[in-house]
This record gives sequence, C-alpha cells and structure tokens, in this order.
Amino acid sequence: MKLSTKHLLGIKDLTKEDIQLILSTASNFKDVLQRPVKKVPSLRDVTIVNLFYENSTRTRISFELAEKRLSADTINFTASGSSAAKGETLLDTVNNILSMKVDMVVMRHSASGAPHFLAKHIPAAIVNAGDGINEHPTQALLDAFSMQEKFGSLEGLKVAIIGDIMHSRVALSNIYLLKKMGAEIIVAGPPTLIPKYITEALGVKVEYNLKKALQWCDVANVLRIQLERQNQPLFSSLREYNLSYGVSRKLLESLGKEITIMHPGPINRGVELDSDVADGPYSIVLNQVENGVAVRMAALYLLSPQTT
Amino acid sequence: MKTILSEQQIALTVKRLAHQVLENHLQLKDTVIIGIQPRGVFLSDKIVDELKQIVPPSSVQYGKLDITFYRDDIRKELHVANKTEIPFSIENKNVVLVDDVLWTGRTIRSALDALLDFGRPAKVELCVLIDRRFSREFPIQPDYVGRAIDTIVSQKVKVFWQERDDKECVDLI
Repeated sequence: MKLSTKHLLGIKDLTKEDIQLILSTASNFKDVLQRPVKKVPSLRDVTIVNLFYENSTRTRISFELAEKRLSADTINFTASGSSAAKGETLLDTVNNILSMKVDMVVMRHSASGAPHFLAKHIPAAIVNAGDGINEHPTQALLDAFSMQEKFGSLEGLKVAIIGDIMHSRVALSNIYLLKKMGAEIIVAGPPTLIPKYITEALGVKVEYNLKKALQWCDVANVLRIQLERQNQPLFSSLREYNLSYGVSRKLLESLGKEITIMHPGPINRGVELDSDVADGPYSIVLNQVENGVAVRMAALYLLSPQTT
Repeated sequence: MKTILSEQQIALTVKRLAHQVLENHLQLKDTVIIGIQPRGVFLSDKIVDELKQIVPPSSVQYGKLDITFYRDDIRKELHVANKTEIPFSIENKNVVLVDDVLWTGRTIRSALDALLDFGRPAKVELCVLIDRRFSREFPIQPDYVGRAIDTIVSQKVKVFWQERDDKECVDLI
C-alpha cells in the first residue's frame, strides 16, 4: 500500500487510487481526532519543516497540528524575519535546513512551480501547501473529503466552482481532483476571471450566470477574490462583484432547492459570500477546516520516509 | 502442509476460550472484549457470539482496535488502516484482547500502546487462537490459548475464516 508519487506537488500527478487511499486514510485519522488522546506515535522519528514564503493562517496551523498529532517534530519558517529577506536563495535555505536532519518539507510559495523545482534538487519528500496560481493539493483533498462525507461519493456529484478561477490554485486542484473522481464541474464567474480556454484545457463547463450555475449544482465551492494576485482591475468594484457574483441568502432561497456551500477561506464577507450564507445552515466551511487536519495527517503519513 | 485445527476443532476451541474467559470473569462484570483489526476480529466475533449464548447479550461489551498507526515497522512498510470502534470506556475495566496468532509479540505491543490511549484499564489479558511459542521478540504471553505450537521461523501459520476465505481451518505451511 503506497502512493504512486514520492511528493505531493499537485493533484495532477496523483492517480484515482492515490486519491482514494489518501481519503480513506484521512477518515481513519478523523476517528483518531475524536478520541480523548488525539495523537498517534506514527511519525515520532520524523522531522518536518513548514516553509511558508507566503501568508497563511488555516493551512499553516492545520499542517502544524497534523504534524503534532502524528508525533512528528516540527519547525516553522516564515520568509519575513528570515535570511530570505537578506537575499538567500530558496535552494540554499532548504539545503541548510535539510543539513540539520529534516525529513520532510511542507512549502507554500508565491511562485508557481517552486515546490516542483525543489523536488528536483533535494532528497526530502515535499508537500505543496500552495504554489502561486498553480495548485493547492491538500485543500482539494480536504474539499473532496468534506463532499464525500456529506454526499457519500464524488461520482456524478455536480460541483460549481465560483469566482476568481483565474488566480485560484484551489480551483485548479479541485478541477483535477473532481475530474479524476468522476464529478461534474461548472466554473462560474465574470469572464475576466475565467481563463479563456479552460473548457478545451480542462474539460469543464463555463457559466457566466451565477444563478444558473447554482441551480444546476449540488455543491457550490465559492472562492476568494484574490486581489493580491490581480495586477490590473478585472472588475469595476467589490460592490459590483457582490451584486453580480456574490452568494446571498436571498439568491439561495430563490433556487427552489438546497445546495451545500463551501469556501476555502479566508472569506471576504460581503464580497463573494454574504455573512448569513457563510454562517448559515448549508455552509460546511468549518467542517472543511476540521477535515483539513485529518487529510493532512493522511498525506504526511503516506509520504513519510521509508528506509527500505 | 499440515492442518493444525480443522473447522470442527476451531468451533470447539472458540467455545472453550469463551468459557475460560467467563471462568475468570463471571457474568463479564467490568470486563470488555476487544478484537485486534483486521484478523483478530474474525476470532473475537465468534467468541462474542459464544459469550452471548451464555450470559445476557447486553452484558457483553465488545470493541475493535486498529493498530496501524502504532506499528513499529512504519518505516519499512505502510499498512492499510482499519476502523477502531470502542463504544465504551475502558477505564478500570478488565480488557481481554483477542488476536488470531501470537508470534513475535510486536502486534500486541502496538495494541497495548493503542489501547492505553483510550484510558487506563484495570487489567489487560490476551486471548489467541494460535500461540507460536518460539521466536517471541517481546516479553508477552497469552492468558487464553487455543492451541500452542512449536514452529521454526521459515514455517508459516495460516488461519482461514469462512467469512473471508470460504473455508475455516488453521494450516502450517
């Protein structure tokens, strides 16, 4: 029983069996997290560095908790306040850390492909915690886990991914994963935020009318507007975005059906998601966060170093 | 290849093991049965069925314990995890751990670690169908034994269960 890859760089490299193995192992770890002792000794001989070159709350805490629940030793690195600020290269930083006998690297970086580059040059297992606008594999896995928990299976599930598809690594990882697991996908948002050839490239349907997309789907995964990655104005104002593409309670009530709302966080309340939806009965946002720890435990456990 | 226990012998042995457990724990007061996943559960299922014939079924507390994340050979090989279900507290209880074959003792070592994460039992006992007496690697001994056998390392003991293998017997290969 093994994953087909040595690293978790993206969902793109995983097989359907890999994804199933991670999800089923995550379910075992979720059980562990409900116990009085929420900890297993599996990785007590493993040291993991969390390299965060980009800001993060949920992902960083979630990874660190996952590592601690597996009994691994952890060290945290954030770019600000480190020698990266003095001009040390990524490879130098990582090699220096690895020379102190570190076994695994969890990395978030603003440059797409940074973990792939690292994987070519260092021996340690790498888990991508988000690279630029490319992939965020553990987020897609925890989204899938949460959907599977709610609906039983991903096969045939109708998922609408809504908002800033262009700049979202969550969208790309989710699309790869859901396609591999047999779900149907629509991406919805303003034309300026949806890549032009996405249908040809990824085989997803595009819908510019939010209400139609919501009416079609079982689950809406609403994404954050990534203003920090938008170098030019792509819509006129946040207010206008909210009016055309914000998910509001009124809109949900007008659908005549119940759909499940997901969001990877952090939420721009009142922009892509209104507060009464985010905190409402159909939202599973906090379940996603809870499941994140179990899913990351599974990924780290399955990628942990083997001696033979 | 040699058959150590036939289907009929397994049935008799299970009956005897159940009675021996009862002998020490009358009416199963403060006693719980926990089968070790995945293979010990076939045996513990049968022992529990037997116990329920003798004492009121409601007095039999039965759980299943998975030890995958507690193994000491994770760096050599990863195993598929199974479900742990212990729907009661083991605090101050007598726990009877059940597994099919006791050999090196490493599984039981892991099981003790896993078990203690659920509370502090008053006492832990071990019940096995087959005790391979040689090649023990830990100071662990069973309290209830179906059949004790002496084997060399190159031999294999294989337990077949009706539910999974369509036949029930223990073979020495």
